[in-house]
Amino acid sequence: MADETLFEFLHMEIVSHVYKEQQSSKGTMDNKDRAVCVSVLEGMGFRVGQGLIERLTRDSPSFKDELDIMKFICKDFWTKVFRRQVDNLRTNHQGTYVLQDNKFNLLTQLSNGKQYLDQAPKYLAFSCGVVRGALSNLGLESVVTAEVSVMPSCKFQVVIQKLP
Amino acid sequence: MSRQANRATDSKKMNSELFTLTYGALVTQLCKDYENDEEVNKQLDKMGYNIGVRLIEDFLARSSIGRCQDFRETADVIAKVAFKMYLGITPSVTNWSPAGDEFSLILENNPLVDFVELPDNHSTLIYSNLLCGVLRGALEMVQMAVDVKFAQDTLRGDSVTEIRMKFIKRIEENLPAGDE
Repeated sequence: MADETLFEFLHMEIVSHVYKEQQSSKGTMDNKDRAVCVSVLEGMGFRVGQGLIERLTRDSPSFKDELDIMKFICKDFWTKVFRRQVDNLRTNHQGTYVLQDNKFNLLTQLSNGKQYLDQAPKYLAFSCGVVRGALSNLGLESVVTAEVSVMPSCKFQVVIQKLP
Repeated sequence: MSRQANRATDSKKMNSELFTLTYGALVTQLCKDYENDEEVNKQLDKMGYNIGVRLIEDFLARSSIGRCQDFRETADVIAKVAFKMYLGITPSVTNWSPAGDEFSLILENNPLVDFVELPDNHSTLIYSNLLCGVLRGALEMVQMAVDVKFAQDTLRGDSVTEIRMKFIKRIEENLPAGDE
């Protein structure tokens, strides 16, 4: 079954649509427009992440602690959603985690290096939302951003928001 | 051993859940962006078309199916190979018109609508309209102009989901000027 491919095509078309729509009202795009696009995509990803984690953890026992949750995200969740495990997880043990995926599957179609680097953020917004949505349903509010320097390698930064 | 098997089926299900959930998020977003169902239906069809014109290449590469001899063969390939490959279902091909230019795909269950319910104020929304666009776009790339629409939809109360496909005409390949 090639349903992953269908998802990849859908994702690309969604990104294209969101950017086209934002641009059509003015003809050009400024940073504010780009921020709106990223926010729309991230929001969509958030809902999807919530739904996915709900089904994935339905029958699992509860997690021991925050690190346990992050490891689950890096292994089981990443495998289910992005079809591989996170290659490297780093943390400062104070709520900030960096997840490194060396072959992020939504970037492999884009390029193998530095070409189209400026386009990469468009294709990561949805995934950041997916991670944030998953964590949210597990009780962790977070800010998730992604950084790419050489495709298809990608670093997701998760900062857990502590309640005041 | 059985745990491995569970993983495999779980991962298959999970992947289609990713697609299903993402599709749901898309439709939700479009309903927010556009004022009426008609506009959302149009957008879904357009996006489906854009996907279809690229998906066909992926399909041909994966399936190594040669050129179909006629519309009947096309129908079988769509139902038994393409739908199976991308959505994991095999719709049945029925209701052929006497001229052989129109048929129906009957989907007993539509994976796009798992866990979906249409709210009352969206009664004219064709939730899965993306599929129509995909089929239209894909077939256009293999020189067939077709009209695709939903005749029945389980989301709107029908017992099955039925996609009606009509062959319009063959699209002549445009050779660049100077080619004999």
